[in-house]
Amino acid sequence: MMACLLEAPLRISVLSEVTATSRHYVDRLFDPDPQNVLQGVIDMKNAVIGNNRQKANLIVLGAVPRLLYLLQQSSSSLELRTECAVVLGSLAMGTENNIKSLVDCHIIPALLQGLLCSDLIFIEACLRCLRTVFISPVTPVQLLYTDPTVIPHLMSLLSRSQHTQEYITQIFAHCCKTPEHQTVLFNHGAIQNIAPLLISPSFKVRMQALKCFSVLAYENAQVSMTLVNVLVDGEQLSQVFVRMMQRDKPIEMQLTAAKCLTYMCRAGAIRTDDNCIVLKTLPCLVRMCSKERLLEERVEGAETLAYLMEPDIELQRIASVTDHLVSMLADYFKYPSSVSAITDIKRLDHDLKHAHELRQAAFKLYASLGSNDEDIRKKITETENMMDRIVSGLSESSIKVRLAAVRCLHSLSRSVQQLRTSFHDHAVWKPLMKLLQNAPDEVLVMASSTLCNLLLEFSPSKEPILESGVIELLCSLTQSDSPALRVNGIWALMNMAFQADQKVKVEIVRALGTEQLFRLLSDPDTNVLMKTLGLLRNLLSTRPHIDQVMSSHGKQIMQAVTLILEGEHSIEVKEQTLCILANIADGNTAKELIMTNDDMLQKIKYYMGHSNVKLQLAATFCISNLIWNEEDGSQERQDKLRDMGFVDILHKLTQASDPNLCDRAKTAMQQYLA
Amino acid sequence: MASQPSDPNKTTPKSQQLFSCDLALSEQEKELNQRLRSLYPAVNEQETPLPRSWSPKDKFSYIGLSQNNLRVHYKGHGKTPKDAASVRATHPIPAACGVYYFEVKIISKGRDGYMGIGLSAQGVNMNRLPGWDKHSYGYHGDDGHSFCSSGTGQPYGPTFTTGDVIGCCVNLINNTCFYTKNGHSLGIAFTDLPPNLYPTVGLQTPGEVVDANFGQHPFVFDIEDYMREWRTKIQAQIDRFPIGEREGEWQAMIQKMVASYLVHHSYCATAEAFAKSTDQAVHEELASIKNRQKIQKLVLSGRMGEAIETTQQLYPSLLERNPDLLFMLKVRQFIEMVNGTDSEVRCLGGRSPKSQDSYPGSPRLFNSPVHKASSSQTYQTSTYYIHKFFFLPAWVKKTLPEGYYKKRDKTTQVSITVSFVLKLIGTPVLTQLSTGPKKYRFLVPIPSHCTAQNNTEVEMEVDHFSNGVSESSSNGFLNGSSTHGIDLEELDSAQSKRQLCGGSQAAIERMIQFGRELQSMSENLRRERGKNSANKKMLKDAFSLLAYSDPWSSPVGYQLDSIQREPVCSTLNSAILETHNLPKQPPLALAVGQAAQCLSLMARTGSGSCAFASVDDYLH
Repeated sequence: MMACLLEAPLRISVLSEVTATSRHYVDRLFDPDPQNVLQGVIDMKNAVIGNNRQKANLIVLGAVPRLLYLLQQSSSSLELRTECAVVLGSLAMGTENNIKSLVDCHIIPALLQGLLCSDLIFIEACLRCLRTVFISPVTPVQLLYTDPTVIPHLMSLLSRSQHTQEYITQIFAHCCKTPEHQTVLFNHGAIQNIAPLLISPSFKVRMQALKCFSVLAYENAQVSMTLVNVLVDGEQLSQVFVRMMQRDKPIEMQLTAAKCLTYMCRAGAIRTDDNCIVLKTLPCLVRMCSKERLLEERVEGAETLAYLMEPDIELQRIASVTDHLVSMLADYFKYPSSVSAITDIKRLDHDLKHAHELRQAAFKLYASLGSNDEDIRKKITETENMMDRIVSGLSESSIKVRLAAVRCLHSLSRSVQQLRTSFHDHAVWKPLMKLLQNAPDEVLVMASSTLCNLLLEFSPSKEPILESGVIELLCSLTQSDSPALRVNGIWALMNMAFQADQKVKVEIVRALGTEQLFRLLSDPDTNVLMKTLGLLRNLLSTRPHIDQVMSSHGKQIMQAVTLILEGEHSIEVKEQTLCILANIADGNTAKELIMTNDDMLQKIKYYMGHSNVKLQLAATFCISNLIWNEEDGSQERQDKLRDMGFVDILHKLTQASDPNLCDRAKTAMQQYLA
Repeated sequence: MASQPSDPNKTTPKSQQLFSCDLALSEQEKELNQRLRSLYPAVNEQETPLPRSWSPKDKFSYIGLSQNNLRVHYKGHGKTPKDAASVRATHPIPAACGVYYFEVKIISKGRDGYMGIGLSAQGVNMNRLPGWDKHSYGYHGDDGHSFCSSGTGQPYGPTFTTGDVIGCCVNLINNTCFYTKNGHSLGIAFTDLPPNLYPTVGLQTPGEVVDANFGQHPFVFDIEDYMREWRTKIQAQIDRFPIGEREGEWQAMIQKMVASYLVHHSYCATAEAFAKSTDQAVHEELASIKNRQKIQKLVLSGRMGEAIETTQQLYPSLLERNPDLLFMLKVRQFIEMVNGTDSEVRCLGGRSPKSQDSYPGSPRLFNSPVHKASSSQTYQTSTYYIHKFFFLPAWVKKTLPEGYYKKRDKTTQVSITVSFVLKLIGTPVLTQLSTGPKKYRFLVPIPSHCTAQNNTEVEMEVDHFSNGVSESSSNGFLNGSSTHGIDLEELDSAQSKRQLCGGSQAAIERMIQFGRELQSMSENLRRERGKNSANKKMLKDAFSLLAYSDPWSSPVGYQLDSIQREPVCSTLNSAILETHNLPKQPPLALAVGQAAQCLSLMARTGSGSCAFASVDDYLH
């Protein structure tokens, strides 16, 4: 680096001088006398320590293949081979480019091969170098798994020394990234082999072993279930983790132990009301969010805590009152702080780097906290500038922050109270709509789901959203490949159609198109089907609307209804369909579409005698609408239906054990009596 | 007062039931005492007793107490806030707790659950809920608000009601307070708390009942874990404490302290080696150190007659000028006669003079004086000068192989000690290099002959010491005293057949005669120098030994324990040093004493961090 500051000609001469000495080191590797080669490697080792330029030079000059050759030659002395591994390890400690060059020279298979040697010192040197290579983000982790004999061999080396333990567990902890990796390690006895290392006298070994368990247990029920039954020195593993969370332990250890227990809990291996979760893990993670912790620790702490309590309202309630967590999180938004900008450039840089991570972590945690409890949501929205922060978060450049912000908004949008107040006051629909225009699917899913809630009938945001041309957008969502997006699109339309005026309904039908509507009715996703039926039901409410919709689309709707009633569908789907039929039966002119369809009437009859009360009830409701007295032509309909045997069925249903069904049947019977 | 454990023997139980009830009570007392001791080891309860119950004297009349003054119930009208009533604990929270904690269980929320839990200073109006007045702080159950010396509360935590356990933790280091609900910390409620607050509860409506737990039962919240965190923080603060601005100054000071300590306790060889390697002058003639060493050895082996004689020989005017000291030595001689260890009775041929020679009272690990080196010479270790520093910490004993100590020579012990002393003072010359406690590296250069092998490295690890005094001893002084001809051997475990003066009739007669001489010496002393109650008691205690057929198991038998030789030895040593114008106490011991004093001063002035900086923790 110094050379760059010099005048140009001089710099060149310095550079060539450096290259010349580097060249000399490489040349010595080719000396015919093995003793000279050894001395050359040792000198090289001393020359490269802490000298990135020298490392780069040697790599450029081709030292790596020669070192690898010497390392692999069985004719090389053990001492030479070991020194080669040490130098390679040193080269790996340099820049990411160094690692890339080493990997390109196939250093990994060569070193893995070296592990088969029996000499411990040599093995340790190889492992140290492998460790350095594997923990680099530029190394493909898959390289660890290409040769199936590697993992079992590494497991067997765990017993050799504290160094092998440290390096191997560190490699595992970094290279276990997918469920497949977890399974491979699990199947080769990772748990039994690594568990005893948790009580190793070496802190580094304990720490790396702990990290291994956190990556092994993550979203892995098999590993988690096994872990709870493991004993270490007669003590349950969960208790070992609890001890590692003690407040006088290093923060890294506390945090990683809390992660292990969190993952075991989420995988169902530990109950959420277990003391080790409620009284230990949760408070530990809350502590990790405190201002005293490093920014990285606060991010990890908040994310892990969010994950831990996501499915459990009781944990959410406890966390919400622990150590002022809700207001503590507000601090996550204060980076870079105004102080750091003025006083310290280094700190500003550090803050800026973590600012996004902090914000997204806070949003995630708020989302998790507020996902079930109304009081907590209120507490969150009352936190200083909370709604403003969400609104600006929705339009941040970082995708991660946008996604987390919309998750948070979604969680809060489950509150009727908040929809009516803060959501409206802060016009959150505006950035939300903007977000929906052009976003990756995962953001779209969350955003559209939030929109569903904002379109609920009582939401004051519903009107402005309608006016912003949301219908087209939602209709396009229903055509997505993602089932989640289709559900959200149709769901939002369903909510929008609820008690909407005629204009909106017409607009929905127009924009969606009957073809798309019927395509959705045969959607493979039950949720989509249900919400589409829900939309139909909402469209077919209040008599004038029913008649109008049926007059234009009656034929197709009746077809669709027939199809669903005949198909293999769940009770809920059939119930919803019968309800649609009942709505149709409530129309003035629409009624006739049923009355003239004997096949349909037979179906209704069938469902009145069905074993499921819900279906009986819906079918009876439909008949009740058809025979309702005060309407034109009721007499004829009553007669026709009596002839078809409906009265007998109704009579029977008045004896039904279900009180609702019984009442409904009696009301229907009264139409005949009047 | 609840602190008096009830003695079941003193009560005359009317029924078996009452008796068992008392027993249970004393069990609870025991548990309480045990828990308080383990939670607040730094508290001196003579000076600052801990709260153990509510005070029946310091409460408003609407408060009723029951169940050993632990249960509080409301007995007023409870119509308006004017009917609020509070009670304080018997004592304020001592600062030396560092972190103090108590819990209150809500037995019944009564009519409205207007309950306040908190702290208040002495004299704050009790016709109020905690938190409403100056120097009063509370967390209220009905609204979950915290009240900081004000009638209006701040939103703080959740509400609480019947069945909840509310904890209140006072941090006396940063003067803050947080509450817990059912074992969950609710976060800081108050800051800048004044000292000497009392645990306080207040109630306001009929039917409200709460129980306190001042340590009678395990706490719901894990307070020990919180304390662990603060102990670590304080200790880290000590470790990081900045020292001396100028390079080397601090190290030179430490080296001086270590050297003076070695000289004081007469470790000649080590002292010389240490001084040489650290470029220091020893302020005492080596011969003189050796003399003191000899005398001390005699005292510690119970051979008082010889010790007195040697002292008179080597320091002719010393005892003449210090008749009280001489008297003390003589009394000790009398005791050793009874013991059968003094040379005067031993030569009268009672039993094996060696039987009680050794020094079993203190750590055994120093108790193996004979060490056979590989050469034909027999080196003896003079490891008798037991000082507190030399008690090896338990972990060392655990981690080192059995028999390790037996082989160690004094040098090893000293080095270990020195490293701890350095640690104590928090100097950076000593670095803990690995997490395991075993490896304390000694970055002060140690002369090679100290480590037996020619170890040229500047770092030494205590677990890598080889044994033995170096064969290549460069100076003339060997540790130990083979030249003195004092023959010390292991105890034959003769305890079971101990007899007065070793069982010899002649020895008993000599002892009786010596007693008479002592009596007359005492009378002379009183005539010349006036009454001296200490001397009088000393003599009385010593003579009392003769009143028992088996003095060893008598109430005054402790005097015969060899550990009692230590204070005598150190007094004599100090007196000798004083005649040479050397300090009575080594600066190191002085520093330790000052540190301890400083801590107790901190406790008195309300600095809570003293709780987590016990000097003993550093001495092990």
